[in-house]
Amino acid sequence: MSFSDIAAFRAEGLACRRGDRLIFQGLGFSLAPSGALLLLGRNGSGKSSLLRLLAGLLKPAAGTLFWGDETVGAEREAHAGRLHYLGHQDAVKPVLTVEENLLFWARLHDPATPPERIATALAAFNLTPLAQTPGKLLSAGQQRRLALARLLAAPAPLWLLDEPSVGLDQESLARLETILAEHRAAGGMVALSTHADIALPGAEILQLGDFAPSAEQVMGIWI
Amino acid sequence: MKRLFTVIQRDLRLALRQGSDSLMVVGFFVLTVTLFPFGLGPESNLLERTAAGILWVTALLASMLSLDRLFQGDYEDGSLELLTLTPTALEILVIGKIAAHWLTTALPMLLAAPVLALLLHLNEDAFPALMVTLLLGTPTLSLIGAMGAALVLGARRGGVLVSLLILPLYVPVLIFAVGAVDAAAQGLPVRGHLLILGGLLLAALPLAPLATVAALRQAVE
Repeated sequence: MSFSDIAAFRAEGLACRRGDRLIFQGLGFSLAPSGALLLLGRNGSGKSSLLRLLAGLLKPAAGTLFWGDETVGAEREAHAGRLHYLGHQDAVKPVLTVEENLLFWARLHDPATPPERIATALAAFNLTPLAQTPGKLLSAGQQRRLALARLLAAPAPLWLLDEPSVGLDQESLARLETILAEHRAAGGMVALSTHADIALPGAEILQLGDFAPSAEQVMGIWI
Repeated sequence: MKRLFTVIQRDLRLALRQGSDSLMVVGFFVLTVTLFPFGLGPESNLLERTAAGILWVTALLASMLSLDRLFQGDYEDGSLELLTLTPTALEILVIGKIAAHWLTTALPMLLAAPVLALLLHLNEDAFPALMVTLLLGTPTLSLIGAMGAALVLGARRGGVLVSLLILPLYVPVLIFAVGAVDAAAQGLPVRGHLLILGGLLLAALPLAPLATVAALRQAVE
């Protein structure tokens, strides 16, 4: 598997505001093909907000995102086509089977998804025996594995994962690490936030606490 | 375009497996309409004159019943975020969801309408007009309703709020639909009314999805 549309993903001077609160500012990074970005920080430091911002779900209060030389933001659909976003929720429909759930998201991302790719994605997260099980019978960890299987069911170079290890057992975590390594070996990029230990060799570490606004700046918003 | 059908197929499948929503809508429609002969008395003259109004007002209320479920489920389980991150115009997916909603809620009402019209002694000449107005009018109701459903996402008591928001917008559809059925019952031409209903549908078709998408993007932020 390799990606046709791949370029460095960069951010310059990003700031994020939620309500009245400035969460971080002046944040920048550069993610080369095969690169990985590990977001660390305490609760509320803006890890999830940053990932949502990178996905295009949130608009930055300041700063710009670049895909290669293009600015991201004008071409919403093009950006959506090159990323997978995994949030806190697994988007599993209780009355659809595991296979139907996965097939829907894959087809939406890539209408020409072949059935073999669905089978491969299910097998990669050890979901093949559960393929015909309805979503409501899955455990939290199984739902999370199904959400992760979306990453493989439709290829996209940029993976934005918000605490992907929540609910996973040791074996599944090891599978996830292997899949992340394979994705990067094929030239893909990963940005993920975590409180657990996920092996990401050579990842750039972004401490969100470093970009928190100082007390005077926070006061400045009120004045 | 393929994505449009993917969404329709998925929403139809969800509705069929859950079942209750569309049954509830058509059940409400049938039960409420049958209450009127009890309430108004069995005088066929009175029923005949009010039949169009009763059928249409009830259809309008019934179509609103299931509106809050249109996006709520996707909003709660995170699907809505992923839908907005699909590499296609979100408007297309929204049209797909509205189409599926119409097929599962309005279409059963459309099938029940002739039987109920018979119960209310609606003039035979008005039957075709009733069906055409429902066919032209209910998609407009679904389109307008989707805007309201998207706007109240995340609000408490969204179901009540959505009725306050969109009932006033339903008024033009109601006026011209009932006007057409009444005109047909009296043997007058209905073309003008139907053209206006068609015009309302054509106006809602591009505008309502645009407004819905704006509201949905606001909701996932």
